[in-house]
Formats: sequence, C-alpha cells, structure tokens
Amino acid sequence: MRFREVVYQTALAIAVALVAWYFVSNTAANLEARKIASGFAFLAREAGFEIGETTLFAYGAADSYGRALGVGLANTFRVAAIGVVLATVLGVAIGLARLSGNFLLRGLAACYVEFVRNVPLLVQLFFWYVLIAENLPGPREALQPLPGVFLCNRGIFFPDFSSSPVLQGFNFVGGVALTPEFAALLAGLVSYTAAFIAEIVRAGILAVSRGQVDAAHAMGLTRRAALRHVVLPQALRLIVPPMTSQYLNLTKNSSLAVAIGYPDLVSIANTTMNQTGQAIEGIAIIMAVYLTISLSISGLMNWYNARVMRA
Amino acid sequence: MRILAMLLLCVAGVAQGQSTLDAVKSKGFVQCGVNTGLAGFSQPDSKGVWKGLDVDLCRAVAAAVFGDAAKVRYTPLTAQQRFTALQSGEVDILSRNTTWTVTRDTSLGLNFAGVNFYDGQGFMVPKKLNVKSAKQLNGATVCVQPGTTTELNLADYFRANRMSFKPVVIEKLEEVLNAYFSGRCDVFTTDVSGLVSVRGSRAPKPDEHVILPEVISKEPLGPAVRHGDDRWFDVVKWSLFATIEAEELGLSSKTVDQALGSKDPAVQRFVGATGDVGKMLGLDNRWAYHIVKQVGNYGESFEANLKPLGFERGINALWSKGGILYAPPIR
Repeated sequence: MRFREVVYQTALAIAVALVAWYFVSNTAANLEARKIASGFAFLAREAGFEIGETTLFAYGAADSYGRALGVGLANTFRVAAIGVVLATVLGVAIGLARLSGNFLLRGLAACYVEFVRNVPLLVQLFFWYVLIAENLPGPREALQPLPGVFLCNRGIFFPDFSSSPVLQGFNFVGGVALTPEFAALLAGLVSYTAAFIAEIVRAGILAVSRGQVDAAHAMGLTRRAALRHVVLPQALRLIVPPMTSQYLNLTKNSSLAVAIGYPDLVSIANTTMNQTGQAIEGIAIIMAVYLTISLSISGLMNWYNARVMRA
Repeated sequence: MRILAMLLLCVAGVAQGQSTLDAVKSKGFVQCGVNTGLAGFSQPDSKGVWKGLDVDLCRAVAAAVFGDAAKVRYTPLTAQQRFTALQSGEVDILSRNTTWTVTRDTSLGLNFAGVNFYDGQGFMVPKKLNVKSAKQLNGATVCVQPGTTTELNLADYFRANRMSFKPVVIEKLEEVLNAYFSGRCDVFTTDVSGLVSVRGSRAPKPDEHVILPEVISKEPLGPAVRHGDDRWFDVVKWSLFATIEAEELGLSSKTVDQALGSKDPAVQRFVGATGDVGKMLGLDNRWAYHIVKQVGNYGESFEANLKPLGFERGINALWSKGGILYAPPIR
C-alpha cells in the first residue's frame, strides 16, 4: 500500500516535470527557429520613450527599460496604496451607513452598493476618465475652486511648500499635480472596491450576536461605545479575511489603468514588449511582480488577522 | 490576445518542413493582419468589406497565389498585438502600416517585403492654439499610441531640441483620439498619413486642426512576414513589386486584358505569356495578370483609397515621375 503510493506520487511528479520541460524546450526551439531574441539583457538597454508621470524615481527617455519598469511599478504601488486606504475608509463608512437607524442614509448606502458593484469596473473607469479628462475646460480656462488650486483637463494643481502652480505656455508649472488618468483610476478603484468592503463590514457587524449588543447596552455603554468596544473587535475577525481579497482585487484591478492611459506597470511592460519584441519575458515580469505584491498583501493581512484573533 | 499568441508559441510544433506558401495553398486563403481601422489603409466599409492600400496588398497576394483576390481573411490588430500575431503564426502577412526598422527586422524575427507607402511622422494641433511650428511645442501634452516607432521618435525629437513634453499613452485609436479631440492633449502625433486620414475621417470639425510642417522621421511602411521562410517572403515581395511594375508598364485593371496580346516583351513576361517567372515563384504563370486584373496597379489603389482623403502622391510617385517608388525588373 505504502509502496504503491510512493510510485504514484513519483510518476505524477515525473509527468509534471516532463510537461514543463516540453513547454520550455518547445518555446525555446520556436523562438530560436523564428530568430526572436530572448533573455533579460534588454532591461539594461536605453528605453527611448517618455513616461507621463513618475513616482519616486526621476526618469527620462535616456534611461533603461529596467528603470522604466521600476517607474511603472512605483506608479502601480502609488495608486494601490492610496486606493486601499481610501477604499477602506469609504467602505467602512458606507457599511455603517447601511446599518444606520436613519432611513434615508440606509437607503442611499444600499443604492450605492447595488449600483456600483453591478457595473463593470472598466466601464466605470471610462466614465470617470470622460468626466475628468474630457469634460473639464482646458488649462487656459481652468476653474479655480480655491485660491491657488486649479482644475482643468490637464489635472488638478495644488500649491506646495515651495511653489504655486502658474499657467506657463501649454500647461501649469509648479506645485503638485494630480493627472486626470491618476484621478480617474483612483476614483474608479476606490468607489468600486468600497462597495464590496461596505458589504463585508455590514456582514461582519451583523454576524455579532444580538445578545452581545444588548448586554453592552444593559451595562450602560452608549451606542458608540458598544460599537467600539464590543461589536467591532468581534466583527473584525470576520471582516479581515475577505478584506484581504478586496485589497488584492484592488491592486490587480489597477492594471486596467492601461485602458485610460495611466502609466502603471502593465502599460510600461506592454510598451517595452513592443519595442523589444520580448513578450514572454515581459509577461513573466508582470506575473512575478503581481505575485510578489499579492503574496505580500496576503502575508501582511494574515499577520494582522492572527493578531485580531488573539485579542 | 497577446497571451493567446504566446501560448501558441509554446505549444506549436517547430514547423520547419512546411513553408507558409504550402500552408496557405492547402488552407485556401491568406490570413492577413491589418489595422483595426485606419481610413485609406485598412478599414471595413459600410458593408463590412475591408478597403485600403494595406488591404490591397493582401488581396494582391491572394490573387497571385489563388488567382482570386477575395481569398483573404482579415485579422484586425492593434499596434501592440501585431508582432506577436505574426511571430506566432496567427497571420501569414502583417500588412498594417508598419514601419521598417532594423530592430524589427532582426530581434523581432520579421522580414519586410518592401515599402508600399513612404511616410514620416508629424504633429497635429488644434488651430486655436495658434502653433505654427513643432519647435513651439515645449511643455505640451502629447497624445500617442504605445508600441510604435512614433513614441520613440517623439521622445528623440524633444530631446534633440531640448524641449519637454507630457505623453498621454493610450492603446486604442478611438480612445486616444477622444482624448485629443476633447482637449486632454495639445498635440496628436503619428505618421503624417495617419494624421491626414484621422483628420479627414474622425475629426468632428476637420478644418479646426492643422498638421504642422515639420516631418520628424522617415517611416517606410510595408508588409512583413516571418523570418526564415524565403519562398513566402519572395511571393509577398514580388506581389508588391508587381503592382508597382504594372503602373510603370502602363497596365491597369482596365487595360491588362488587351495587354495579353501585346508585342512588348516586358509586358509579355509580366502577364505570363512568355517566360516562367510565375513558376520560379511557385505560382501560376499568370500571377501578375491576376493581381492587376483584380486589384489594379499601385496608382489605381492609391487613387481609390487615399486620393479621396486628400493625399498627394508626393514621394510615393514612380521614380520616373519624381517619386521614389521603384520595382526591380520582373524577368
């Protein structure tokens, strides 16, 4: 019995290895036969294209493909990190609103959730992009909602510590700018993910048994104090695991940026693949990066979950 | 799509024995990769029939191989999808206003069969910006499609002239044009042919947009095939040359039937009345006759597809008429 198991396991392992070997060697042979370059040497070559916005890194067309991909990765991180925070805040607020005693608030929150999570994200991204990029006035007719803040189809411009935005030639110069692509992507990801988070929060809170709330009230805790000290700690145990998937979703969905021109990792990798023709390497990089990000988020959330469970 | 093509690369056996020409003959049609919709080059008309200069090249190859220009199936490809589609064998020819460069010829594993349109990159701006020269574009926001030589030339040009710009990079032509026409960008850049085509066919008000005088690059556009299949390469190359040679010989779709009885030896060879050029290519001896009869010569194709959009022959005229189109002798 034991022997037979070992034989089966070994046979399966060999079969898997053979299939993997077949794919790898066949791909290599096909690439060779078609004289398509392979390997990662291209990462050090000059990229030659510009990137619309950069986070952390300075980048110019004279830099390498590797650096360009780094900029794309940083842009992905930026939108995902800010998106996760904002989606959590908005999602929790809406989730609590769905449980509110106020009929109007409850109804509005329910409408929001049902509407937003039932429209495909890509459509919502186009909606936000058209709203922001294609309906706002040009930079010469920019709106000025607050002194020093300008709103136009080039983006939203804020003053920072060193300078204020000034219209110079085609565009505003100085200050801090949010591009329409970033703003649209962030708005789309946050509003979409928040709808799912709201439902998770609501479910988590409703799962705490009614007796706990009653007991808290009987002890003289206010509604707010009962929520904070009795309901939330228990609800979090149920909320954290599905929340992890929402954070993962948001991060992975950020690759839809390519449709509205935000230079995220996928967009830069696509351009790189086209300029170099090395699609297999490009896709491998994208897969490795998303796998790393996703596993990191999972690890972090598992750690947090373990903490919540202990408390 | 790209991933699908990559999978094909992984799974497909190494097909060395069979040439593309045999494969095409046995399946009965030419699979041709074309643009998703660029007026004058490849675009389906109101009845869904593909029309354009690049489409005519596909039809010419089908006429040469099968004696029937209709035996083509089209695969619309974005700029990003095109090379993988050709490499993986999803299409037999890539005829999609593609610039011939050394990188594409070598590390992408392509062979360019020639040039069917000599182009150059230009800039289009709204008239109301009052820009007269590309040198005034410092600080501008520029709409551009990714994965093109355009994107690289753009960066080169601004670097060479010590100017800065903000690119807005969107893959789909429709989306990138929406961004430009709605004012998200100050400038749209692509090959001048693309600018003329887009202004004529997509602009809400064509006369509100100007194409700046600077042409910043050489863009020889032509059909490409896979490396390492010389017979198929020859067929595509000489199908293109045949359309140019026909114009030079004065043969058109209307006159080629009379030419069958011509006494001119060059014409006799061309229509296959004498010699065995067709056999050398692995085709019917009347291959070139079929091309001209069914598709027409290069000039006819240009007149039908590009003239209505406002294109001039310019350098795309025959060498004997002040242009640079030149076909090697068919003999």
